[in-house]
Amino acid sequence: MSEKAEEHNPVNVDNSDPNAISDRSAWISLLAQSPAEDLSARWSELGLAPKFTYLRRPEIGLVMTQGRAGAVGERFNLGEATVTRCSVRLATGEEGHAYALGRSARKAEISALCDALMQTKHAAALATKVLAPLAYAQSARREDAARKAAATKVEFFTMTRGEG
Amino acid sequence: MYVATKGGEKAIAAAHRQMAEERRGDPKIPALTIAQIREQLSLCVDRCMTEGSLYDRDLAALAIKQSQGDLIEAIFLLRAYRTTLPRFGYSRPIDTGSMAIVRRVSATFKDIPGGQILGPTFDYTHRLLDFKLAAETEGPRTVADRAETPVEQSVPHVLGLLDQEGLIQKEKTENKPAPDLRIGRIDFDHEKTAERPEAFNEDTPPDLTREPLEFPASRALRLQALARGDEGFLLGLAYSTQRGYARNHAFVGELRIGAVAVEFDMPELGITIELGEVTVTECETVTQFQGSKSQPPQFTRGYGLSFGQTERKALSMALVERALRWSELDEDFVGAAAQDEEFVLAHVDNIQATGFLEHIKLPHYVDFQSELELVRRMRREIAEDSAGRDLSETAE
Repeated sequence: MSEKAEEHNPVNVDNSDPNAISDRSAWISLLAQSPAEDLSARWSELGLAPKFTYLRRPEIGLVMTQGRAGAVGERFNLGEATVTRCSVRLATGEEGHAYALGRSARKAEISALCDALMQTKHAAALATKVLAPLAYAQSARREDAARKAAATKVEFFTMTRGEG
Repeated sequence: MYVATKGGEKAIAAAHRQMAEERRGDPKIPALTIAQIREQLSLCVDRCMTEGSLYDRDLAALAIKQSQGDLIEAIFLLRAYRTTLPRFGYSRPIDTGSMAIVRRVSATFKDIPGGQILGPTFDYTHRLLDFKLAAETEGPRTVADRAETPVEQSVPHVLGLLDQEGLIQKEKTENKPAPDLRIGRIDFDHEKTAERPEAFNEDTPPDLTREPLEFPASRALRLQALARGDEGFLLGLAYSTQRGYARNHAFVGELRIGAVAVEFDMPELGITIELGEVTVTECETVTQFQGSKSQPPQFTRGYGLSFGQTERKALSMALVERALRWSELDEDFVGAAAQDEEFVLAHVDNIQATGFLEHIKLPHYVDFQSELELVRRMRREIAEDSAGRDLSETAE
């Protein structure tokens, strides 16, 4: 687990610090977790149209998800999920890769381009205009869900007991 | 002799067109959209994903629409579709301990860290039809409450409490480390190296979708088979254990539903990323165990895990999973169906079952013709035989 924690820092971004997402797996994960429409809208706003070639055109496939017996024990195969991946190379040489649940070819392509651009001078603009808003939206979604769940938490009352 | 016949092409095409018309129903009624099914029939979408063993809400909704709501047919469509796709690899095991909780209850402890969170549930409803839902126009929207303080980011497993005291059977942790995919970059100039997912194989648990089921099955294989198994079949078997067939009085230690990240080792970069989130239901049951020569009296676990919000399925799975562990726990095999691994695993898959069952609707004219001939001949022989005996009897 410690090894995993090292290589995979959780996304921790606030809008005021565009440089906060500096870890490659964090931004690839954030792009993967963002709804295709949101990503597409942010990408259009950014207005970059870099020249690139496909290393791998958007491709739909499967990843077998795994669970653990008793939540903590041996691994087993739970079932598959659809995943779309894409790899690109910018005219300037940087390579970008994307994998995400679902079947959105457009999202995979934009994500791969973002990954590649994060290695260029456009990184700061991308972090501010694409990644930070996506991270903000993600944490807002999560907080809303967690507050809805918390509203259904049971408060127990101790009833008076005995003959009194 | 094998006789092939042809025919019925026009009838089949017409039958399919009729089916398409029936599926659409009255054209004066607006057609269902995939989004409507996905959003408003989400629990049957979840069931199709679980038993179709394919997590994709839109595909499941499409399958439900195409199958006119025949869920086994929808599951069949999903299973067929998945065979057309390449497998990119295996995820890391999902960490249900860090689940973003939607619902989480325990029937064994009242006060648990994180609390009892009911979430969106049918429990405690009165099961009275709500005729307001039948109104043509949508009434005022009900909006869920929001608490000031959100649920904690990581809510500990209830069975961990028993585990700390050593009162529950320990789960085996793995001997082998998780697969290390940091095998360097993929060179895209060489096509064949671009497909590396099979590099996982050595360290992965057995996979039903790759190798046929063999008995005795490992626990990992049983869990996979149960996870994609038919909810109705598992419900019946689980109920049988409660009624005394296998005698496992189970408590729900914990039932939790929520979103978990799916982590994946990206072969191109050798880093672990999150592919996104899936909603899963997890059920851990606790059963009293008398102990054996090697183990002191303690509680044992049954485990259920399924896609989406599918708690009846996860609970049934946990009870059956526990019953199937009799041998590992030195319990007696009492001949109960739920204990019989071969019986359970060979019949739990509704697509296998329906494929075999429903094929007998298809023409078996020649097979039956031979049976008919046989029965006629046997009757003739018996008739001749008894006629012969009558003759010989009169002769005597």
